Amino acid sequence: MRLILSALLILIIATAVGLGATWTTVTRGTDFGTLTIGAWTARPRIGTPEANPYARASVIRSGQLPLGTGDGIAFIANADDNRQPLDGRCDISISGVTPPARFWTLTLYDNKGHLVANALQRYGFTSEEIVRNADGSFVIRLAARARSGNWLPTGGIERYQLMLRLYDTPVGIGTRTQRDAPMPTITRTGCP
Amino acid sequence: MIRWLAILLAGLLLGGLVHLVSILALPRIASQDAYSRLERLTPVNAVKALPSADPNNAPIPFLDPAFATAICRYDLSTGPIKLTVPVSQAYTSVSFYTDSDIAYYAINDRSAGRKVIELDLMTEEQHAALPEDEEITAADRLIVDSPTTEGLIVLKALASDPGLMAHAQATLAAATCKVQTEAPAKADAPRAQR
Repeated sequence: MRLILSALLILIIATAVGLGATWTTVTRGTDFGTLTIGAWTARPRIGTPEANPYARASVIRSGQLPLGTGDGIAFIANADDNRQPLDGRCDISISGVTPPARFWTLTLYDNKGHLVANALQRYGFTSEEIVRNADGSFVIRLAARARSGNWLPTGGIERYQLMLRLYDTPVGIGTRTQRDAPMPTITRTGCP
Repeated sequence: MIRWLAILLAGLLLGGLVHLVSILALPRIASQDAYSRLERLTPVNAVKALPSADPNNAPIPFLDPAFATAICRYDLSTGPIKLTVPVSQAYTSVSFYTDSDIAYYAINDRSAGRKVIELDLMTEEQHAALPEDEEITAADRLIVDSPTTEGLIVLKALASDPGLMAHAQATLAAATCKVQTEAPAKADAPRAQR
């Protein structure tokens, strides 16, 4: 009887620990093979067959198709430079320059990867349509209500994430630091 | 006391095993992954345009709304596939995924270096079975080996501003993805499908 009880207990612990660890790593992600520059994180190997099992599992769970390495690389941010989560009710600005790439796009998604509805039907910017300063840098202003310049509507949702995709770019597996890939800063400028 | 410690330790060890097995098994048991979602929406061995990204109706999450996207879901069991994709004004790319969403190859218009991206997709066995001399004539053709018999080809054309979306969609509408019954080297002739 005691043996059966012990075995049962072992199995319960094993299931809880094992599946708990799987759930946590798949939903929150792991740091294996990630490249973090400022507030932005990419997984350079996710677009290759060498992607690690954790990266593959999180791709499968989210339902997305990762960018192939010959196509480009995707950086994601869900917090600003001060590690505060991106809140659609606040004013947030993205400014600076982007790494070398033939084209880039910046897109705003909710936590599940859906676009956020807004009257303008603007879900992001491409490198071609953005209004730049004379030196080539830019400022994108994220807010629920209209702002001057490059305004990206947040729809006022509580949490969102940004994806910066670089297409046809040298940024990838060999990239390590801000110097190889100067990512724009994300700063909260105001919050009601 | 020792007994409880032993139970805890055994539980943790076995838990580690459960964790590893479940991580590795996840790709096989998932039903909401991109391939499973697109399998319901797309025909096999034909190009199907995905509806433009929309907050209420996205076939898969994290699609880039600046792109027109089309899918060719392939099954190589009846023979290699010949893919032709005309290049749009801004940027066009073709990415290949296995049936478990692994990106194994991607090419863009510039690396293809032509007005039309043309390539043959086949399994490694089909590639090995190609007559050798024909493979030399085929040297200027791009041959891609698929690690799996089934998978996805994702065709994307950038609309660098929203006004160009119709053009990007029209470019992809002219793309073809067909099983070729002829030897691939002779495929310059009409894309025969019997």
